[in-house]
Amino acid sequence: MEEGAIREPWRAVARHRLRGDRLLGPLMLAPAILYIVALVGFPLLLAIYLSFSNATTGSQTLNYVGLTNFARALDSTIFRAALTNTFVFTLVSEILVIVLGNVLALTLQQKFRGRPVVRFLILMPWAAPFALGAIGWKWMFDSLYSVVNWMLRAIHILGPHDFPQWLGVTKLAMAAIITVHVWRMLPFSAIVILAGLSAIPQEVLDAAAVDGASFPQRFWHILVPMLLPITTVAVLFGTVFTFTDLSLVYILTAGGPFNSTHVLSSWAFQVGIIAGDLAQGAAIALFLLPVLLVVAIGMLRTASRAEAGV
Amino acid sequence: MSRTFSKAVGRSGLYLSIAGFTFFAAFPFAWMAITVFKRILDLYNIHNNPFLFNLPPTMENIRLLFGETLFTRWLANTAFVGAFVVLITLLAAVPAGYSLARLARGWGQKFGIGIFLTYLVPPSLLFIPLARVVSTLHLQDRFWALILVYPSFTIPFCTWLLMGFFKSVPAELEEAAMVDGCSRLGALRRIVLPISIAGLLTVVIFAFTLSIQEFVYALTFISPSAQKTVSVGVPTDLIRGDVYYWGALMAGALVATIPVAFLYSLFLDRFISGLTAGAFR
Repeated sequence: MEEGAIREPWRAVARHRLRGDRLLGPLMLAPAILYIVALVGFPLLLAIYLSFSNATTGSQTLNYVGLTNFARALDSTIFRAALTNTFVFTLVSEILVIVLGNVLALTLQQKFRGRPVVRFLILMPWAAPFALGAIGWKWMFDSLYSVVNWMLRAIHILGPHDFPQWLGVTKLAMAAIITVHVWRMLPFSAIVILAGLSAIPQEVLDAAAVDGASFPQRFWHILVPMLLPITTVAVLFGTVFTFTDLSLVYILTAGGPFNSTHVLSSWAFQVGIIAGDLAQGAAIALFLLPVLLVVAIGMLRTASRAEAGV
Repeated sequence: MSRTFSKAVGRSGLYLSIAGFTFFAAFPFAWMAITVFKRILDLYNIHNNPFLFNLPPTMENIRLLFGETLFTRWLANTAFVGAFVVLITLLAAVPAGYSLARLARGWGQKFGIGIFLTYLVPPSLLFIPLARVVSTLHLQDRFWALILVYPSFTIPFCTWLLMGFFKSVPAELEEAAMVDGCSRLGALRRIVLPISIAGLLTVVIFAFTLSIQEFVYALTFISPSAQKTVSVGVPTDLIRGDVYYWGALMAGALVATIPVAFLYSLFLDRFISGLTAGAFR
């Protein structure tokens, strides 16, 4: 009886609150949703719409031109090179980033003196505004005064009169672009993987060691399977960041020499913004979409698997 | 014996790995710092050891950067844009994060995942249509365009982070306040927000650093030098034709980089756990 008396006001409050919440919830969410719909959802649809039109930066009216923009994109040798470059760039840098990221994560997990300082220095490339880091690398790859070449000459990897043009030869420029991208992405994937590593209970590893499992056995049978889900997340995010990156190519080579190092985004920028052909630029950028959809599906599947507790 | 041996190998392997990674990560910044204080004649001589000051160090590059470029203007623009973006982000993300954490039932989960998936729509897909939007709104070549657009990526992430923070506040505290006559919003303001101050601070830092780091939109929407932000002004404006003011360029890059890198790395773990929590939810 006493209990009931206490319960009653609670129930009334709860009922009253529930009714209020039903209205308040959507109301509080609305500004954020509206912002995202207006400046992510709508532009995404507009991109598709533009790609079927003949819009330019100056024009006010749009005409429907069907698949012309896509056909023209595919016809261009620069576009085809950009498409290949985008895949090569993504694949090679992601492999390097994930392999090195695992090594770096295992390193940072150890205890050693000066760890906070080392951690800060290693995180710098990801934490710094990337356009500014990239301009530093552009200077390091200078055609005459490249400090990289100077060091390579000093340790006799290069002859005394060798001046490789890092940003002036297609193959070297691609290597340079990949190097700088790995430099930037490595801290990110290492920290993601480190988060996964610290979730592995040390007792499991210790128990395996006590039972006589060697380091390679522990690595392959405990660490690798337990790190797989978090590494997948690192790969998925890394793929998005790498596949769609524009700033790196723009700053390092601007697509040169002779438009041979463009990726899809930088070529879309060149055509859509610099040359002012919005429609054609939009069509080029939309070639990014299929891979992004695959990543989104991968992300949702990882999420639902985590939910199922597998 | 083999045990101590493998331990020694492991230890030296560890130090080798630390040295290698630290060198790779930090070298470009070190080289930038050396460049800042070098005289042009010292820098542009291929016979010099680039790591030594063959001529006495100089402040000329820093003077050039602050005295003869719009660098201070870019810093001011960047701070202004960042402050507005933080404000808009807080106004939208605090209520949204709270709503998803406490008020949403059923539909909240779907909206949460929807908001999370907007991370996967990159600027590279949006800069062309947004250029059209910006010019229709007559915001082209003004940094107000950035203040409008940047929250489109800060709001989703910050909503997600705040949702996590609000969920960790015990619901009993608010319920007690509401039994005592507080409204829902009153409880949010008096109880939840003061407890979540760390979360709010995280969101402020992220919205601010993410707007400083942004490059693609700023490059697309703004051409006049006086309206640029620092991460676009430095790499595009300190180059005249084929002439690179490398000393001033590196000075500008470092001055803007160090505070941002410091702030960001303090909060990096929260950034990463926010991202991965999203992927695992």
